[in-house]
Amino acid sequence: MTGPGTAAGRGRFRLRASQSRARTAAGFGLAAVALFAVAPLALGDFRLNLLAKYLCMAIVAVGIGLAWGRGGMLVLGQGVFFGLGGYAMAMHLKLADAGPGDLPDFMRLYGQVERLPWWWEPFTSPVFALAAVVLVPMALAFLLGSLVFRRRVRGAYFAILSQALAAAMAIYLIGEQGTTGGTNGLTDIQGFFGYDLADPANQRVVYFIVAACLLLMLAVARQLMLSRYGELLVATRDAEERVRFLGYDPARVKLVAYVVAAGMAGLAGALFVPAVGIISPALIGVVPSIEFVIGVALGGRATLVGPALGAVGLAWAKTALSEQFPAGWTYFEGLLFVLVVAFLPGGLGSVAGLVRRRRAVPAGAPEAPEAPPGVRPGGPPEVPSFLDPRAASSSPLEGTVDGAVDGALEAPAPGEPTREVAP
Amino acid sequence: MFRVRGHRTAATAAVLTAALMLGACGRTTGQGAAPQASADTSGATVKIGLLNSLSGTMAISEVTVKNALLLAVEEINAAGGVLGKKIEPISEDGASDWPTFAEKSQKLISQDRVAAVFGCWTSASRKAVKPVYEKNKALLFYPVQYEGLEQSPYIYYTGATTNQQIVPALDYLKSKGKTSLYLVGSDYVFPRTANKIIKAYAAANGMKILGEEYAPLGSTEFSTITNKVKASGASAVFNTLNGDSNVAFFKEYKSAGLTAAKMPVLSVSIAEEEVKSIGTQYLEGQLTAWNYYQTTPGKANETFVKAYKAKYGQDKPTSDPMEAAYVSVHLWKAMVEKAGSFDVEKVRAAGAGGGITFDAPEGKVTVDGPTQHVFKTARIGEVGPDGLISEVWNSGEPIKPDPYLKDYDWASGLA
Repeated sequence: MTGPGTAAGRGRFRLRASQSRARTAAGFGLAAVALFAVAPLALGDFRLNLLAKYLCMAIVAVGIGLAWGRGGMLVLGQGVFFGLGGYAMAMHLKLADAGPGDLPDFMRLYGQVERLPWWWEPFTSPVFALAAVVLVPMALAFLLGSLVFRRRVRGAYFAILSQALAAAMAIYLIGEQGTTGGTNGLTDIQGFFGYDLADPANQRVVYFIVAACLLLMLAVARQLMLSRYGELLVATRDAEERVRFLGYDPARVKLVAYVVAAGMAGLAGALFVPAVGIISPALIGVVPSIEFVIGVALGGRATLVGPALGAVGLAWAKTALSEQFPAGWTYFEGLLFVLVVAFLPGGLGSVAGLVRRRRAVPAGAPEAPEAPPGVRPGGPPEVPSFLDPRAASSSPLEGTVDGAVDGALEAPAPGEPTREVAP
Repeated sequence: MFRVRGHRTAATAAVLTAALMLGACGRTTGQGAAPQASADTSGATVKIGLLNSLSGTMAISEVTVKNALLLAVEEINAAGGVLGKKIEPISEDGASDWPTFAEKSQKLISQDRVAAVFGCWTSASRKAVKPVYEKNKALLFYPVQYEGLEQSPYIYYTGATTNQQIVPALDYLKSKGKTSLYLVGSDYVFPRTANKIIKAYAAANGMKILGEEYAPLGSTEFSTITNKVKASGASAVFNTLNGDSNVAFFKEYKSAGLTAAKMPVLSVSIAEEEVKSIGTQYLEGQLTAWNYYQTTPGKANETFVKAYKAKYGQDKPTSDPMEAAYVSVHLWKAMVEKAGSFDVEKVRAAGAGGGITFDAPEGKVTVDGPTQHVFKTARIGEVGPDGLISEVWNSGEPIKPDPYLKDYDWASGLA
């Protein structure tokens, strides 16, 4: 196989890179038209507002795609960062609703709090709150990541750790009812930086902000994936020890992806608040954290848009199925998940790749031989482009089931057929 | 390490995004607020929304509420409907998830254009949907006893508020000479707020609170809590646990050698349905506080119980929240008929005018215009060997709802 290291590979690389660049620009253009023109025209206020919520989930998913799909870290606790962002935003909006010097309504009701707690004080400043939305989750991720990755905690242990964090945060928030709103969370948010959220026109603007942020985050993720760092990240996922022997520090490589993913989750949480009007521990704990990951798995975890599509698809399916079959929709949701895992192991994002591969192989010709099980196709893909199926894992569940092999959770797809045809 | 290839792509994407965003924002300005979705009553039917958790942890309780709501709808339709229109119920699943409740509320209001919505169980779900109903000026009927301290102009509360359940329960314990209490509850808003009220009451009435313990919702580990309760030597336990936790708590309680005679447990979230799932052997002799039991005497209740069992099965018990839900549909009908219209503001005006009553299974209920709560009789019950709850005390007459406990001096610091 020709890799980016050889001269021939580099030449081919440039060619493919420019093609991929054109495809990306087209892809972004298409997405922008769909999000900014088609959706607002085609959907009513209610559906558009729901789409804003789905897109928030998609932003979290983009981050998970980076950390899990590319970096191999099974982040089962993104709810924590989502919640931190959400609470930071909601705290500011609650304080703004209450007016200067006054307490948010729930504090008087449930907390009998006379004075604003000190850790609420800075959130009266919109600038502080907006910065905190992204920086607090990133700081926590940095702290946690520095402790964990250096000690080479990975695989199932890392997943369990992130779950525990999610559970702990939900329990803490519920316990501190007087100052956090407890199980109710922060709700009944009236305004968004001076704009009345009850006004449908303002809800539309919120949607546009969410959509713009999603595109921006996709662009960020793409840049990271295309950079040398992106290749290093995939290399770390595939063979951490080898990367270490080459002189890189895998802990730092993983830390960057983890911190970026946390920042994206925080941003999504903050946007969720004006879009939906509530943030509560129910959105932070173990179950929602797992749901984020399921969406990513459905979409195709290692592709760029797969995670976002998966998250939107899952959220949309949830709404559509529960409206159609209020009593039994959970069965359908489960069935959908099983079907995707069974028949589309690379997730929805792999569909385009599958079609492309079918076309590339002439009818009747045998498909490329499968790599023997356990043998990993060497190296990272040259150009992690839109919907590149080879970057996708063979199964969304792979690794979570197979615990026998050490580090299986971080293993990439074994046995993905290579599409390479000799030049 | 961070050298980036393809700067141009990024620049293109950024410019494109910015341009489209500006264009999009331009489009939205100048658009006025869309008209509020109003109930669609043009057809031969009028739609109402039923919003209950049909999946998730709360489903076991909330499905029974949905059943009771459907029974009321069926009865009303059989009798000719409301203002000559048959009711068409539209059911949505709140999925035990508070933001979902808000989403489905909005869907019922703006997509289905229902005349009113009935449902919600947990306080958290009610708090999540409250702004939706206020924003859309739509009606919600909430059928479950709750922690009070709320009064939304667009919500009718047909379950008990604290002065119709918790305060009478404390009066009862006091009259029985129980001078020290141990508080056990699930960790969420209702138990924490209820316990705040209980502590204020205790302080003013010379009762001692020997301890206060919370278990996470769904927790089944109660050996520590039971040991603490036992060691405290309290004369009674006030239980605000919810759902599955009760099963574990009462099993542990019995195996620790604690009995109803020695240290009775008064529960405010255990009704007939829950007694069945916990097991009568663990609950016999324990106390509950509600406004309705399946055994409550009266013609209206006999008819209700009979109709419910005929529709859903002979082994299905009826309970307080189910009754309150059943009543809520009838109260809405009474208000609509008095108003002569399905229009929300007219219906509210009819409710505020007073005189909205219904001959309910629990006895005659009246809507209190100013608070939009309902006058209710408090009833203390004891779990019998057959799993049914029999009344041991009642307040004699319906108590005026006082969600903020304004008429109680000891509660002055609470709201």
